[in-house]
Amino acid sequence: MAVTTSNGTLPARTAPWHDPRKRAAFFQSLVLVLVAALIIWIVNNTLTNLARLNIASGYDFLERRAGFGVPMNLVDYSPDSTYLRAFGVGILNTLLVSALGIIASTLIGFFMGVARLSTNWLIRTMAAVYVEGMRNIPVLLQIFFWYFAVLGALPQPRQAVNVADSAFLSNRGLFVPAPVPQDYFWLTPIVFLLSVLAVIVLARWARRRRELTGQIFPTGKVSVALLFIPALVTWFATGAPLAWNFPSLQGFRFVGGLTIVPELVAVWFALSLYTGAFIAEAVRGGILAISKGQTQAARSLGLSAGQTLRLVIIPQAMRIIVPPVTNQYLSLTKNSSLGAAVGYPELMSVSGTMLNQTGQAVEVLGITMLVYGTICLVIALIMNVYNRLVRIPER
Amino acid sequence: MGARGKSMDTHPERAGAGPEGQHSPALAYPVGQHPQLPPPVVQTGPVAWVRDNLFGSPLDIAMTMCVAWLLYTLLPPFIDWAFVKGTLFGQSRQDCNPDGACWVFLKVRFDQFVYGFYPAGDHWRVNLTAAILAVLGLLFFVPRVPYKGVIALFSLTVFPVIAYVLLVGGVFGLEHVETPKWGGVFLTVLVSVAGIVLALALGIVLALGRQSPLPIISSICTAYIEFVRAVPFITILFMASVMLPLFLPEGVSLEKLLRAMIGTGLFWAAYMAEAVRGGLQALPRGQYEAASAIGLNYWKSMSFIVLPQALKHSIPGIMNTIISLVKDTTLLLLIGIFELLGIVQAAAADPKWLGNYVEGYVAVALVFFLFCFGMSRYSQQLEKRLDTGY
Repeated sequence: MAVTTSNGTLPARTAPWHDPRKRAAFFQSLVLVLVAALIIWIVNNTLTNLARLNIASGYDFLERRAGFGVPMNLVDYSPDSTYLRAFGVGILNTLLVSALGIIASTLIGFFMGVARLSTNWLIRTMAAVYVEGMRNIPVLLQIFFWYFAVLGALPQPRQAVNVADSAFLSNRGLFVPAPVPQDYFWLTPIVFLLSVLAVIVLARWARRRRELTGQIFPTGKVSVALLFIPALVTWFATGAPLAWNFPSLQGFRFVGGLTIVPELVAVWFALSLYTGAFIAEAVRGGILAISKGQTQAARSLGLSAGQTLRLVIIPQAMRIIVPPVTNQYLSLTKNSSLGAAVGYPELMSVSGTMLNQTGQAVEVLGITMLVYGTICLVIALIMNVYNRLVRIPER
Repeated sequence: MGARGKSMDTHPERAGAGPEGQHSPALAYPVGQHPQLPPPVVQTGPVAWVRDNLFGSPLDIAMTMCVAWLLYTLLPPFIDWAFVKGTLFGQSRQDCNPDGACWVFLKVRFDQFVYGFYPAGDHWRVNLTAAILAVLGLLFFVPRVPYKGVIALFSLTVFPVIAYVLLVGGVFGLEHVETPKWGGVFLTVLVSVAGIVLALALGIVLALGRQSPLPIISSICTAYIEFVRAVPFITILFMASVMLPLFLPEGVSLEKLLRAMIGTGLFWAAYMAEAVRGGLQALPRGQYEAASAIGLNYWKSMSFIVLPQALKHSIPGIMNTIISLVKDTTLLLLIGIFELLGIVQAAAADPKWLGNYVEGYVAVALVFFLFCFGMSRYSQQLEKRLDTGY
């Protein structure tokens, strides 16, 4: 406090080590110096060690030939592609299994969360056993279980389970017909997208009209018609422009069609079931947090049990459910790195191979961490926007 | 009120039906002497329970049927495999019924699953360490035992030295056992305990740092926590196993197991910090202000006023982090450390026992389930015991 008395003399001075501001400045600079020293020491050691071990540094290796194969790639890839492209393949595979896992675990989680609150004893108990079982068993064990114990026990391609001569299930994966778009196929998805836009506009208009006049528009039925009729008309008008490429057994393996590798199935199943249990707990907690009075008020207004859940409970519970579910999505995405343990070529698995080949641990792990960090940040941003939408505006 | 009461009395069906209808000729007992009859069976008995709990509505009936069918298709084959056709006695795969579970596998390999490749004659060293740990844990966690501070200090300073001497050996005539020979449940427990202690200690410091009014300290702690929470555990483990040797000066090397423990502690410290921060934020500002008002400095107010209350609030979060930590010790197998899952996986890939995955996984799942489920139950009980109502 810079207080001076009228005749200009300073008040009794405190020693600098008793002045909170000086002490704060001192301790903060001390910590800053220590952290900086630690970082400089680490960087220095690393540079010395790299020079001593003759490990190259820098990002030149990204342009070089990767030289390793990948059992599953969404874009063109061969051992002759560059390391950069291998990274891309890994990132796409991570995104694929994370997206599939997020969709499946959300469905499982909401179903099981509501089921745990069911009045039906059998359903309630089954959901409780599922949640407690999955939450308390390591996810890596679950991935191993699906990969080695379930999928590994499937028959060889020659004895594959045959579903109507078009889909085959064997220990090499699931083989399904691949869609091959013909001329004008692109028209159908475009029409469908336009229908989706129209439904959004319609829903907004119907809601505003309801709020202004109290008249209820049959949005549900009209939306279904609006979504499917134009797309179906386009589909048949262009002559059903989709051919199918069927898988067939040639020698010891399947040729053609779309292959879903067992690694993907194992990681997907395990992550969805594991994360689904945590989402179920979040959903149950969110619903329980809504007071009983809300249910009673809704029922006394004449809403049915289903309407009460859909119109009164869920909208309020969502704002409690969304933050923990976001955390579960992030942890699912991070857990997809365990695909490396069964050889699913996601980012961690690809970068592990790269790390062994190039020895450039700092660069490879740096890029990997950066990518995971970015993916998590994007998911968190999307969920924050969604959270703002479902939040009840406070007046 | 009066009008409603009158209309009830004059209701044609109501009159005489209830015990208060004393003018009714149908009444068999005088007022107040009606014997205690059991409630009707259809409203409370097993029939009613089944109706209310299983067949309440058409949807309920359909769901009950679905689940019952699921149980019918899954449970009998499992029981048949595990118990009816399962083999418990024997020495090798040939003694097992090929249609059933081969529990012989677990029995023959039991020592390996518990101790890894630790020399058989020295198993007592692991057992002794575990016994000391168990006694210390019991003394610390049983509420009535006094001198908690002394026990904690002993566990954190003297016990690690005893454990190191006993497990590593090389002195007092104990044979030296290299860490690559360690494995199984023993290693899982060891890494978990070391990880929990390190993560808890560092996590509390990080949480205090993040909540600190000093901007530089708070931003350093926040940056660390957010960075670690954005990346998967496996990348930190790879960092500890591949990059940590590069970070250290030439000539200094740490054992792989030690590096893995450090990685585990550093990673989970960030999650622990977030759990503790929840407790710190739940504490009303008045507590901080009262502590300063009675003249306590920062460390005294933290250790006597703030942390004891904040840690109590964060028990659920800390327990969840501990459970996650224990489950994620399985990831150590990815950097070549044979903890429980790693050693079972390696044993099941042995040509002599090839295909015995399920038996191994069932055993590992059971071990983890018992531990994690027990921990979550214990935490609920602890919460209740420490709950002082504010």
